[in-house]
Amino acid sequence: MFAPEFSYHRASSIAEAGRLLAEHPGAKVLAGGHSLIPILKLRLAAPAVVIDIGRIPEMKGIAAGNGTVTIGALTTHAELASSEIVRANARALAEAAAQIGDPAVRNRGTIGGNVAHADPASDLPQALVALGATFRLTSPEGARSVAAEDFFEGLMTTSLREDELLTSIELPAAGPGRGSAYAKLAHPASRYAVIGAAASVTVAGGKCTAASVVLGGLTSRPTRAPSVEASLVGQTPSEAVIAAAAKNAAGDLGDDLMGDIYASEEYRKAVAHVWVRRALAAAAARCAG
Amino acid sequence: MSTAMFGSGIRRREDPRLITGAASYTDDLTLPGMLHAAMLRSPHAHARIGAIDASRAKSARGVVAVYTSADTEGALQPSPCAWLLPDSDLKIAEYPCLAKDTVRYVGEIVAVVVAESRYQAYDALELIDVDYDPLPAAIDLEQAGGPDAPRLHAEIEGNQAFHWTVSGGDVDAAFANADVIVKERILQQRLIPTAMETRSAVASYTRASGELTLWNTTQNPHIVRFLCSLVTGVPEDRLRVVAPEVGGGFGSKIAVYPADFVTVFCAMKLGSPVKWTETRSENYQATTHGRNHVQDVELAATNDGRITGIRATVRAGMGAYLSTAAPGIPTILHGLMLSGVYDIPAIHEEVYGLYTNETPVEAYRGAGRPEATFMLERLVDVLADKLDMDPAEVRRKNFIPKFDDGHDVATGLTYDSGDYEQALDKLLRHADYAGLRAEQEEARQQGRYPGIGLSTYVEICGLGPSQVAGAIGFQGGLWESAIVRFHPSGKVHVFIGASPHGQGEETTFAQIVAAELGVSPEDVKVVHGDTDNTPMGWGTYGSRTTAVGGAALALTARKIREKCKVIAAHLLEAAVEDMEYEDGNFFVKGSPDNGKTIQDIALMANVSWNMPEGVESGLEASTFYDPPNFVFPYGAHLALVEVDAETGQVELKRYIALDDCGPQINPTIVAGQVHGGVVQGIGQALWEEAVYDEDGQLLSGSMLDYALPRADKLPEIEVLSTVTPSPHHPLGVKGIGEAGTIASTAAVYNAVMDALKPLNAPAVDMPFTPERVWRAIQKGKGN
Ligand SMILES: Cc1cc2nc3c(=O)[nH]c(=O)nc-3n(C[C@H](O)[C@H](O)[C@H](O)COP(=O)(O)OP(=O)(O)OC[C@H]3O[C@@H](n4cnc5c(N)ncnc54)[C@H](O)[C@@H]3O)c2cc1C
Repeated sequence: MFAPEFSYHRASSIAEAGRLLAEHPGAKVLAGGHSLIPILKLRLAAPAVVIDIGRIPEMKGIAAGNGTVTIGALTTHAELASSEIVRANARALAEAAAQIGDPAVRNRGTIGGNVAHADPASDLPQALVALGATFRLTSPEGARSVAAEDFFEGLMTTSLREDELLTSIELPAAGPGRGSAYAKLAHPASRYAVIGAAASVTVAGGKCTAASVVLGGLTSRPTRAPSVEASLVGQTPSEAVIAAAAKNAAGDLGDDLMGDIYASEEYRKAVAHVWVRRALAAAAARCAG
Repeated sequence: MSTAMFGSGIRRREDPRLITGAASYTDDLTLPGMLHAAMLRSPHAHARIGAIDASRAKSARGVVAVYTSADTEGALQPSPCAWLLPDSDLKIAEYPCLAKDTVRYVGEIVAVVVAESRYQAYDALELIDVDYDPLPAAIDLEQAGGPDAPRLHAEIEGNQAFHWTVSGGDVDAAFANADVIVKERILQQRLIPTAMETRSAVASYTRASGELTLWNTTQNPHIVRFLCSLVTGVPEDRLRVVAPEVGGGFGSKIAVYPADFVTVFCAMKLGSPVKWTETRSENYQATTHGRNHVQDVELAATNDGRITGIRATVRAGMGAYLSTAAPGIPTILHGLMLSGVYDIPAIHEEVYGLYTNETPVEAYRGAGRPEATFMLERLVDVLADKLDMDPAEVRRKNFIPKFDDGHDVATGLTYDSGDYEQALDKLLRHADYAGLRAEQEEARQQGRYPGIGLSTYVEICGLGPSQVAGAIGFQGGLWESAIVRFHPSGKVHVFIGASPHGQGEETTFAQIVAAELGVSPEDVKVVHGDTDNTPMGWGTYGSRTTAVGGAALALTARKIREKCKVIAAHLLEAAVEDMEYEDGNFFVKGSPDNGKTIQDIALMANVSWNMPEGVESGLEASTFYDPPNFVFPYGAHLALVEVDAETGQVELKRYIALDDCGPQINPTIVAGQVHGGVVQGIGQALWEEAVYDEDGQLLSGSMLDYALPRADKLPEIEVLSTVTPSPHHPLGVKGIGEAGTIASTAAVYNAVMDALKPLNAPAVDMPFTPERVWRAIQKGKGN
């Protein structure tokens, strides 16, 4: 289809992007374009101005240091999936990125665009919440950090202000005995998550000392599963313990589930535990120590 | 180069241009001064149209014109239905090119904008104000014919487009005397053909000469010329239709469409070329859909598994209007095939074609035959289950025995040739069927759920004798024609009336000429798709281009051979009776080294310096071939699946296709057709479904929701064959374009139901989404 008319600006730095955003209230920034362009073509949005941030060098790249992994907001899904740093420190994120859409989407779509768009069927939000990520947001007034858990407010809404840019995402580096994983039931057409489960588990002395389990795809924002987490901590993460813990997922999901013509709320709720179990089992298997 | 070209799996010559992006489709065409059309489509499934105010749109930047139905009054006839099914009480509702006072499906055209650019045209669509008064919609096929259903067309009672019956043998007696009767209700969901290229038209009209050229994405440019002439009034001799490269059709590009006629109207009215290309969303709403049956079927049988009768009532959704060939699909191409590969003495089927407030339905790969095969193959499995027999055994018991020159079935058809048992035997041997069953037993012990599904089919294609076309109400002939023209240098042009669009006939037809005349296929160029430089032909559908057009071509090549023989005899000063031919060489018996090559003769015929008495100059021949019967390819397919009983997910683990299309001109192309066909049928079983809500909104209106098969979800397809020539075809060949689709849906369906057997799950409606399978499993558990 055909997008309505807009004017196009390209920013070459974060500062320039900030200036342009301040100058053009209501403008939309364009990163990989794999969510924004379809919306424009479907005429669900008609911004007068589009600011292309896709070539800002400061927003690219993946680095590790000081116990933190820093990922530029323009990092593509393909880069996340293949990055040694991400795979070593945040396997759930690499796995989530690897299962997004198809190669074209992974080569163009960015982590920043994915979380800013906050589509409930996305894969990266739940992985980032489970891994305890922090988002760096910048505007001409200054920068701030927001925990991933607080960033996602609801269906396609985040704490990002109109004049703010998400510049990078920080993750704690892998610690001893920690492992993570992502498991997904993909929609057969769109490949978006019908159910996406991210798990991060820490094991010490054969016992689970910490667990973080977050579901997406079936709720309007990433949803933590506290009773799954609670029934793991202190236990030996055996197959049976994991399966029993995962069964609690349905209770944690509440009643506000999403369904569509492919998979109803009821079905998603009934089977979500399978993907939680798979993510937990893979994560636990990765906890060396 | 020689006769060895028949049967050689050479690469498709079409592919380099297709896979490097060098091919030119309708939308690639740009003409000087060309304008762009965009269609305003109804957002309602059923509504009365009040006032239309286009004044804002008309004054928008770049907009040249906006037209509604009032403007086309008298200039455009309704879009025609051209399959006038006899003895069926057929009621054809008028299908106006632009909706008049009522819209009847989401996507029906209400107005057209013509602008200098596509962007401007689409922007202006939003500026047209239409008052709609929404009406209740008839969607559910089981209710659409009922007394309470909203009526689509005032004059058509019960929304019934037709009621058609096929009958053979004494069905009542068969059921009265049956040991067992099995029954099923089967839903053949609506499918969206999703050709890679969306539909497109470019129309250019020269006022001074009254000549119109229409470039169009179509499977049958000559039919488009004929029908476009009727609708627009442009005489056929002034009308040129060109099908440039066409990116798939699968039946959806057989029909003629209102949008194309509206584009022609705009070009004629404005005197400028006009292009219209649909978006994918428009394609999903306005290009024809396929299937859409509710089938109530029952089978009568003896206790030892012999089928004695089949009885069915089918409600077939036609959509809001009858598309060009629509009435023949769920009837002629469906009901007449209800004997399948089996010897069934008594058959009775009633088909009710119903109007609903949905996109019109047309042929879709297999067209009627997949729906027939599915009914039979499903019921045979249900019967096997009921009698506790192996499904392969029940099939064997009922197969029509081997025949090589005609077999009559109860529906009135005469199949050409077949050896169904051989096909099944070879398939089962290749699959190690007994081994698979043993592995299945073992897996079930371990709580895993593999399933094995069979589908043995025969189909009717190579449509067909023209006399039959007339008898069944098809408003056209069903012959094909070919011209073979030798140039002085010995190179060859082949002109055909059929219009291949991805099937590879540019390659296989060159192989036919090479095999018949001993030239290199490289020296043969196949021309198709332009009504101004090809002979008349009825198009590419119903797996008929090689079966009918290929026969026309082979016979034409043989005429050339006969003429060459006469010329060669003259040049060699010999008697024609003493001439022999081998691989492009004409020689006097016993002296092959002193012969004349076909290239020598082509040169002589073209310069014509020394021709035999009474022989015309040039080397060219043509044939109009009207087949004496249809052809009936057949085969046996096996699918192996595994169901995850916890989630309901189905994994297709193995797929084996054995197809018999007679002698294969090019086995690589046959395998390619089988792959594509099989995958489209698997799509129906596992993923695809056009979903409408009760208001008639298409919920699966884009590729975000409509799930097509993807390579990573499919196993390598194992392709086998047997070779049973058609007795009446000059080359013995049958069709292969649709075979895979006709067989595979039932094979996969049966496999999944076989997997679910120990779980006690009831039948599941297609497609097998995880949720549907999961729900069936819950029901099996008594939940
Ligand atoms: C066919 C298809 C399949 C897909 N499948 C999946 C899937 O399986 N899983 C999945 O998770 N996603 C999927 N996606 C979405 C894909 O991951 C997108 O790339 C992603 O959601 C958006 O990233 P982008 O860089 O393309 O952002 P854009 O489309 O450029 O932008 C998206 C939104 O975010 C805003 N934005 C972008 N970057 C920033 C920034 N740095 N700061 C502030 N705002 C910003 C934009 O203004 C816009 O509102 C799919 C997309 C397609 C087209």
